[in-house]
Amino acid sequence: MLTGDFNIKQEKKIEVRNLTKIFGKKPKKALSLIESGSSKSEIFEKTGQNVGLYNVNFDIYEGEIFVIMGLSGSGKSTLLRCINRLIEPTAGHIILDGEDVATANSEELREIRRKKMGMVFQNFALIPHRTVLDNVAYGLEIQGISKEERDVKAKEAIETVGLKGYEDSKTSQLSGGMQQRVGLARALATDPDVLLMDEAFSALDPLIRSEMQDELLALEDKMQKTIVFVSHDLDEALKLGDRIMIMHDGQIAQIGTAENILTEPADDYVSKFVAGVDRTKILTAETVMKRADPVVSMNSSPKVALQLMREHGISSIFVVNREKHLKGIISVDDAVSGSKAGKTIKDVMTSDVTVTYPDTPLNELIPIIENSSPIAVTKDDRKLLGVIVRGSVLGALAIEEA
Amino acid sequence: MAIPKIPIGDGVEYVVNWIEDDFGILLDIFSDVTDYIISGLNDTLLLFPPIVFALIIGIAAYFIGKKDLKLAIGSTVGLLLIENMGLWVLSMETISLVITSAFLALIIAIPLGIVSAKNEFAYHVIKPLLDLMQTMPSFVYLIPAVIFFGLGNVPGLVATIVFAMPPAIRLTTLGIQQVPKELTEVADAFGSTPWQKLTKVELPTALPSIMAGVNQCIMLSLSMVVIAAMIGARGLGYQVLIGIQRVDIGQGFEAGLGIVIIAIILDRFTQHLTPK
Ligand SMILES: Nc1ncnc2c1ncn2[C@@H]1O[C@H](COP(=O)(O)OP(=O)(O)OP(=O)(O)O)[C@@H](O)[C@H]1O
Ligand SMILES: [Mg+2]
Repeated sequence: MLTGDFNIKQEKKIEVRNLTKIFGKKPKKALSLIESGSSKSEIFEKTGQNVGLYNVNFDIYEGEIFVIMGLSGSGKSTLLRCINRLIEPTAGHIILDGEDVATANSEELREIRRKKMGMVFQNFALIPHRTVLDNVAYGLEIQGISKEERDVKAKEAIETVGLKGYEDSKTSQLSGGMQQRVGLARALATDPDVLLMDEAFSALDPLIRSEMQDELLALEDKMQKTIVFVSHDLDEALKLGDRIMIMHDGQIAQIGTAENILTEPADDYVSKFVAGVDRTKILTAETVMKRADPVVSMNSSPKVALQLMREHGISSIFVVNREKHLKGIISVDDAVSGSKAGKTIKDVMTSDVTVTYPDTPLNELIPIIENSSPIAVTKDDRKLLGVIVRGSVLGALAIEEA
Repeated sequence: MAIPKIPIGDGVEYVVNWIEDDFGILLDIFSDVTDYIISGLNDTLLLFPPIVFALIIGIAAYFIGKKDLKLAIGSTVGLLLIENMGLWVLSMETISLVITSAFLALIIAIPLGIVSAKNEFAYHVIKPLLDLMQTMPSFVYLIPAVIFFGLGNVPGLVATIVFAMPPAIRLTTLGIQQVPKELTEVADAFGSTPWQKLTKVELPTALPSIMAGVNQCIMLSLSMVVIAAMIGARGLGYQVLIGIQRVDIGQGFEAGLGIVIIAIILDRFTQHLTPK
């Protein structure tokens, strides 16, 4: 399975264990029904209790962007709000840095919320009578930090989100995109490890939304926060998410990287969910490449190369050195004439090979694959990782049609 | 068979006697303190010569009304007209009564409004009481006030306080209930204490609604203070009452005009103080 290369320490930041949330006054009844296999809608009909989450287990790693996806009502917001206990879980644990948020008393919970978690809201939720600066400084203010100190920190956060100069503006005078920058700055001002973002960009128009996504990614590169991001927009999830969790009726349908979810959907629900995604943007060279096998060594002869090509029914073969670094390619025709003339591999090969890298998106390869098949996939140091031929690109795209 | 008369009157009398016997001292203290406040305020207002007072109010109106010249001039001219009609002292008495009673009403009403917004049980107790209070004709409030405080300014004040509270309670509760859920979530998510949440997020956000309640409270106070003349409250209302009793149309009309002028000034001032 491909896990990707995310530059993240795979250290658990948040562990969610057996998390259950039943909305209603008689959760026990709903719990026993759900244990005996009743569906969410059956339970609602019978008891009037609404199953928000049932027995959810997963980990969020330090420094990753973890996207929670799912249809409306699948429990995304409920889950996010259980993490900082804006919604009180019915059962289960949320372990943040080894400390259980779910059982913290109100004093401890306040401390966790002040120091460790920031939240960004769908409709910005700026406090209307406050200026930009005072909105951003809110989290610091309630910690009793002096005005000078909190203004310094708030101004830094405002600069980070690109709103320098707007400190004294009224928030109602700002555009949606700018308001959400204020929302983001407010969450950053207290310098928390974890950012909780509930559909933070959904209220923005598409261009601004895309811009904000890019900026969040840039910010994440610099700051290495752990971000839990709720979205109902698959494109957004694929763009932002190091990993994506798809929810269905309060339970987890699948957790994985974008590639995982697109290429190996866990069930019908996920398949339907991801149908219609533009795969070429998501799939990378790495996901469609095949093992480069066979290859021929520099010290070998054109005759051997010809033999290998015949055996495998291929019309060209990569030449590599002992460290498997790509040196060139030999076509059948050159191998035939070369072996007749008794030439060496070096003489007959050409170093004119189309090379790409594992994380190149497929849509960049499609225009060139026609004329330059096969394409070699290498690391930066030209170590050969695999090969992409026309057929494998078409094959990957065909999964989508099916 | 004749049904015997149910002794409702006797019962009430018994309860009233009991309260007077056991809480008489408290009632007296309350009576003295409020009387002291009202006359103190009244004396203070009368320290200013009418012209000076009218000008001060005009200038204040100019700034509070965001450079609204019409309001400034209107206030000054209105007050001078009152002086001209010879109603100055009575008007100051009325204003003292209105300010004192509205102030006391708000001191009770706003916390009650907050409690009923925050506490389901309190809400279910207070709401039907408010509904009942608002269906009762205003002079019904005079009866218990007279019973406990006799005649004069104090019973008028008490009746006014009770009469003017409901809209302030209602609008405070409404304002807090209408604070968007996301905003209270912001307060919680960043780790506010309940007090910080109330004072830094909920009350400021609910302020327009609360101020609308303040406005209504003041206007109701004015109307009740006038009616309270029937139980001996002093001021313009008393003048109207005399006008009615003597069928003196001119006097009644002049006093009524004075009340209208004061009403308009109070209304505009509180409206302009409400954040938009
Ligand atoms: N306060 C509540 N009281 C009762 N039921 C609730 C409450 N909040 C959420 N629910 C129910 O819990 C389920 C999950 O809701 P949730 O808001 O988490 O969904 P969501 O995935 O965030 O949806 P959306 O995309 O519409 O925001 C839904 O069935 C919803 O009706
Ligand atoms: Mg939601």
